[in-house]
Amino acid sequence: MSKKTDSNGYTMIFAVVMVLVVGSLLAFMASSLKPNIKENQRIEKQQNILYAMGVNENDESSANFVSTSIAGEEFKKYIKKQLVIEGDQITESEDAYLIDIKKQQANAKNGKTRKLPLFVGEKDGRTFYVAPIYGKGLWDAIWGYVSMDENMVVQGAYFDHKGETPGLGANIKQRYFMDDFYGEHLLTEAGVFKGITVAKGNNDPKNDDKTDYEVDAIAGATITGDGVSAMIKSDLSLYVPYFKTLKP
Amino acid sequence: MALISKKDAALIKDPFLDNNPITIQVLGICSALAITAELKASIVMSVSVLFVLGLGNVVISLMRNIIPSKIRIIVQLIVVATLVIIVDLVLKAFAYELSKTLSVFVGLIITNCIIMGRFEAFALGNGPWRSFLDGIGNAVGYAVILIAVGFFRELLGSGTLLGFKVLGDPIEKTGLYAIGYENNGFMLLSPMALIVVGIIIWIQRTKNTSLIEEN
Repeated sequence: MSKKTDSNGYTMIFAVVMVLVVGSLLAFMASSLKPNIKENQRIEKQQNILYAMGVNENDESSANFVSTSIAGEEFKKYIKKQLVIEGDQITESEDAYLIDIKKQQANAKNGKTRKLPLFVGEKDGRTFYVAPIYGKGLWDAIWGYVSMDENMVVQGAYFDHKGETPGLGANIKQRYFMDDFYGEHLLTEAGVFKGITVAKGNNDPKNDDKTDYEVDAIAGATITGDGVSAMIKSDLSLYVPYFKTLKP
Repeated sequence: MALISKKDAALIKDPFLDNNPITIQVLGICSALAITAELKASIVMSVSVLFVLGLGNVVISLMRNIIPSKIRIIVQLIVVATLVIIVDLVLKAFAYELSKTLSVFVGLIITNCIIMGRFEAFALGNGPWRSFLDGIGNAVGYAVILIAVGFFRELLGSGTLLGFKVLGDPIEKTGLYAIGYENNGFMLLSPMALIVVGIIIWIQRTKNTSLIEEN
């Protein structure tokens, strides 16, 4: 005896109805939650930038942002200027932190000028220059914010990823990795951009040597680490001309 | 009447030991390899699968009489994918921090063969309550192995547990490291997860010889 659910007609109708129901359900959920999600992502960007310049609630070992409720205020308080560098032109913009780095990288590839956002922050009388970076890890996108002083010495870094392996590549957003970048130099003494390499076996596990242009890699996360080195090199080198203008 | 009858209790107990999804049915190996380098990731994955498998089994069981058998696998896949995506969207909107932790796992949950396996083998032929128990039982069985593997890989690979340096500091040379102990970096790579699972299977079959197949 064949059941009615075995007939071709039923199967077709079931498939069509199912796709319609599931499709509209997901579309409805996605569009109705979109404003909330967008807002969360906006706040997260502010928290990331603040984190890189040392405005955070870190405890002994874990990385913690300033709380979402005060992120907006803190961002206004600490970030004095948001610059957009476009070739030789430097403009100020309140929404520079919303610039999509991925889109700008694509623009640069297509021969258009790339907008480079730079956030100038002040804390305890010191000036921080925070720049966003964006690149590829093992599975998906990785990105981050690096804060520097006027000599391009790293003052803090925040990294994040979309889908790196938990326990391995995903650890680029752990304190022990991000903290290693503090104090590392990006420029040689002659002022040439060298970047920072995430290096294996650099014989400096405590990271005492701040001018070796290397930080210790994470075991089992070679490709993610290479991605971090690459995005630092490719994106931060673009800011060198701006930093040259800061020197008298 | 007891809440859980003896027959139902077996649904929870069996997958825990003698019919464990990983060590006996050899399902869900992919995620067991991928995310067990750290204990914390193992726990997060276990909880997520517990949730999805329990709920998914109930949904499939409720739909079991209307699903056309020719496209049942596709229907099962759609159900689990929809569930996971909805949960992910809601978390992104209302618990952003948590969703960041889970983001990587979403894809892994959908493709977890234990989930498809239980839908196909159990939920399609049983009522919602029994399916729910079966889902929970299998998820717990999965979790036990996952957490055991995560425990050994993190302990021997990084010398930490849940991020705490339980064996001392490898850089400062304190604790075990003072007497020359070294972390085994190989434990962090996926092949070692397979070897650890293999050792667990070996121990299990030594304890319970009825599990060994006759040739």
